[in-house]
Amino acid sequence: MQHFLRNPKQERWEFQLRLKALWVLIITLCLLLLARLVWLQIISHSYYHTLAEANRISIVPIVPNRGLILDRKGTVLAENNYTYDLEINPARNRNLDQLIDQLADLVTITSSDRKLFRKALDETHGLSPVPIRNRLSETEIARFAVNHYRFPGVDIQARLIRNYPLGASASHLIGYIGRINEADQERLDDAGMADEYRGTNHIGKLGIEGHYEHELHGITGSEQVETDASGRGVRSLSRIDPIAGNDLFLTIDAGLQQAAEKAFGDHRGALVAIDPGTGDVLALVSEPGFDPNLFVEGIDQDNWNALNNSPDKPLNNRALRGLYPPGSTVKPFMALAALTLGKRTTTYKISDPGYFSFPGSSHRYRDWRAGGHGMVDMHLSIVQSCDTYYYSLANDLGIDAMHDFFTQFGFGQKTGIDIDGEVAGLYPSTEWKRKRFKQDWYGGETVISGIGQGYILTTPLQLAQAVATLANNGVMMKPHLVHEIRDRATGAIKKIPPEIERTLPLKQADIDFVRDAMEDVMKPGGTAAQAGAGAPYLIAGKTGTAQVVGVRQGEKYNESRTAERNRDHAVFIAFAPADKPRIAVAVLVENGGHGGSTAAPIARKVFDYYLLGQGVTPVPDNNAGDDSAHD
Amino acid sequence: MPTIKELRQRFLAPLDPTLFNTCLILTALGLIVQYSASGSDMVKVLSQVRNLGLAFAAMWVMAVTPPHKIERVVFPIYVVALVALVAVALFGEVSHGARRWLHLGPLRLQPSELMKIALPLALAGYFEWRGKSINWRDFVVAALLLLIPVALVIRQPDLGTALLIASSGFYVLYFAGLSWKVMGGLLAAGLASLPLVWHLLHDYQRKRILTLLDPTQDPLGAGYHTLQSMIALGSGGLFGKGWLQGTQSHLDFLPEHTTDFVFAVFGEEFGLLGELVFLVAMLVIITRGFFIANEGSTPFARLVAGALSMTLFTYTFVNMGMVSGILPVVGVPLPFLSYGGTSLVTLFISIGILMSVHHHRKLVKQ
Repeated sequence: MQHFLRNPKQERWEFQLRLKALWVLIITLCLLLLARLVWLQIISHSYYHTLAEANRISIVPIVPNRGLILDRKGTVLAENNYTYDLEINPARNRNLDQLIDQLADLVTITSSDRKLFRKALDETHGLSPVPIRNRLSETEIARFAVNHYRFPGVDIQARLIRNYPLGASASHLIGYIGRINEADQERLDDAGMADEYRGTNHIGKLGIEGHYEHELHGITGSEQVETDASGRGVRSLSRIDPIAGNDLFLTIDAGLQQAAEKAFGDHRGALVAIDPGTGDVLALVSEPGFDPNLFVEGIDQDNWNALNNSPDKPLNNRALRGLYPPGSTVKPFMALAALTLGKRTTTYKISDPGYFSFPGSSHRYRDWRAGGHGMVDMHLSIVQSCDTYYYSLANDLGIDAMHDFFTQFGFGQKTGIDIDGEVAGLYPSTEWKRKRFKQDWYGGETVISGIGQGYILTTPLQLAQAVATLANNGVMMKPHLVHEIRDRATGAIKKIPPEIERTLPLKQADIDFVRDAMEDVMKPGGTAAQAGAGAPYLIAGKTGTAQVVGVRQGEKYNESRTAERNRDHAVFIAFAPADKPRIAVAVLVENGGHGGSTAAPIARKVFDYYLLGQGVTPVPDNNAGDDSAHD
Repeated sequence: MPTIKELRQRFLAPLDPTLFNTCLILTALGLIVQYSASGSDMVKVLSQVRNLGLAFAAMWVMAVTPPHKIERVVFPIYVVALVALVAVALFGEVSHGARRWLHLGPLRLQPSELMKIALPLALAGYFEWRGKSINWRDFVVAALLLLIPVALVIRQPDLGTALLIASSGFYVLYFAGLSWKVMGGLLAAGLASLPLVWHLLHDYQRKRILTLLDPTQDPLGAGYHTLQSMIALGSGGLFGKGWLQGTQSHLDFLPEHTTDFVFAVFGEEFGLLGELVFLVAMLVIITRGFFIANEGSTPFARLVAGALSMTLFTYTFVNMGMVSGILPVVGVPLPFLSYGGTSLVTLFISIGILMSVHHHRKLVKQ
């Protein structure tokens, strides 16, 4: 085949053909391009115009100031202080590692700063500025400001940081705020609140901070700013001011709270103090506590490990979440049940040999006092905490009647207090056992339930509510922590009214009888006589001991031979003044031994502080040993 | 002594008026848009004016040089460019993850740019040299001459430039009469091997192609360039926002807005109508180039004129396609509008060669 280049004439013809073919291709491609341009610039013009405006004008959120948390007298429990952070806009900086290296020459950046930055970067998906260093010093601010021009997309951000001036005091009830994490973000997205939290880095995690997030957060403002691509504002176009969050005045008395915490000393445990007439929670203690300030900027690994791995479990809110057998503190309620249901009269006496046995059985349910209390009526059974009396009473009442009666007092139910995480506890019944274990109920289980052992589990808050209900003559108030809400903008104060949960169908005479016996518990001959000594007001109380480890038949519980963590928990419930109750408490001291000797003195200090004022009456020293104050 | 008028006559004679005047219009457009794109930076505009002076001088030198004289140096130039490419592969400077630059004393060269013009010239020279004894083996040889530099540039890696070099060489083969059947076969083979090519691509190259399909998938990463340039064009509309009024470039949203993405600035400020003016002017130059190719006196002249005109169109189309989001992002400057000395000089050398072919069309006997 001859190639056409060898034939000039044919070559010119072929060359022209190929030129024409390409020219047609060129025109076709130009038309294609033109179609694309028409689509972009005519058909989609308004869409892209909007995008260009959105590029140019950014809506910058203005974060509202978070509401304060104060106690009922105005002591500040959570406030906001100014701090300065260094923020990087990841959208405008590609090589972040190199950038951070350069910044590290100006300000101190630790490896944990870098780790937190990476974590926050992942969580925000690189769409918004992320802090690389928090709490810059004055020198660092000055040094960066001079070099600011070298770092487009890096800025100093002034912001308010949450501070808890009382530190570990009341930490469980105040809770804390922390950085918004992915789970928080998801919850905000689901609630349609994501826009409201634009620009906000922190959210309430626990306690009041968590539960009242909606009151404390405020309403985010916004500013329309013309920006360049590095996100730097060029000029402001319009502004909507944010509305600060509301201030919360708690029902807590910070002085009382601290006095109660101090009274615990090195003991672990919980205390809840309630105003019986209103349900105001006056103190809510869980010892040991933790410093909530550690969590605000994201807790570091060492501090977290120390808190999380401690055998004392400082992060656990024992007042709401600790589950303990109530022990003998159930006895006043057992007595009320017997009177209400007509199973006992006040004068009915039993002879206590020091144990209870079912007819024809050799198994002995022992009284705490070997040899027994002799002839025991209802009054004495409360004052001396006679176990045998309640073994036989429980056997006569039956577990289901007991369950129904105790449920009215809130056992086995959440109280509905206004912070999260509360657990329900447990008061057993035959039906519960059938469902839970697919087993029948045994009579022996009823017997030990009569002295608050067995399956029964309560939280200190539940016990406090139960005793407050008794103090309030059977009218149960809903416990609550927020007393007043103050609107920051208007100064208007909204009071939270007391809420009646329910009124129990009890006879006043029965209540008075039980209260009378509880008063005698605090007097010579009673199990808490020592703690009640010298009080210029009347106290009604009941001691209790909650077994941690079971004691085998034929063996005797010996405190000194039992490992500290296996010792019994000390429980105490009380209210004062007994004739006109203003405060009701439940105290639980973990591994504290006997309610009368460890838990009751703490309650006494709380009463003294609240009713007499701090330090007016010296608190009796409980080191003086007195065996009669045995549970 | 020639008069001033005669000197002027002699100076202007080789400059084809159609090409020259259109170039002047486009150059003026380029300076206007550069002033805006650089943020009213006179220093940058003046530096571009200096580049233009150099480019016009190069154009004039090429225009007065007869094609047969150019023909003598095309092989040496090709060999130099090839050696430079090998040198880059061995000792080149790495920048942005690719080995593209070569340092020669104070000069910093990108040999792949030189190859863009050296390859079509060399191939045209080869076909001219083979003259009447040309047969299918010559196309195999030419294909080898084409594939060696292309392979070297692919390895840098710079797939975009490699494809552009390959296309400029391919146009010579096409005009030299590469069989339609072979081209059809190549096209079919190319389509069939797409999955294999996909497998061989670097991650960043795959990402660019995927991004093209949907730039909104990665608006802050690979899709950022395309998305921002589409916003610039789209918001410009029919009439544009007006000179110096483009927000996309002036507020820094648009990357590379004086170089590869300058068309977005142009489109944002002058709208669809401005773009039409530019496109029509480019078509005038290319069409004129085709006429010149058609009347070229030797096969070399015809092949070179055809291939260079076509290369000019390729650059224009690829750049505009990339900015408007129908082609992947490859580093191709837009003729006349983009800032940059090398590309401007290369462009005007091509124009100068076209003028030379036109000016000397009757000087060589058939």
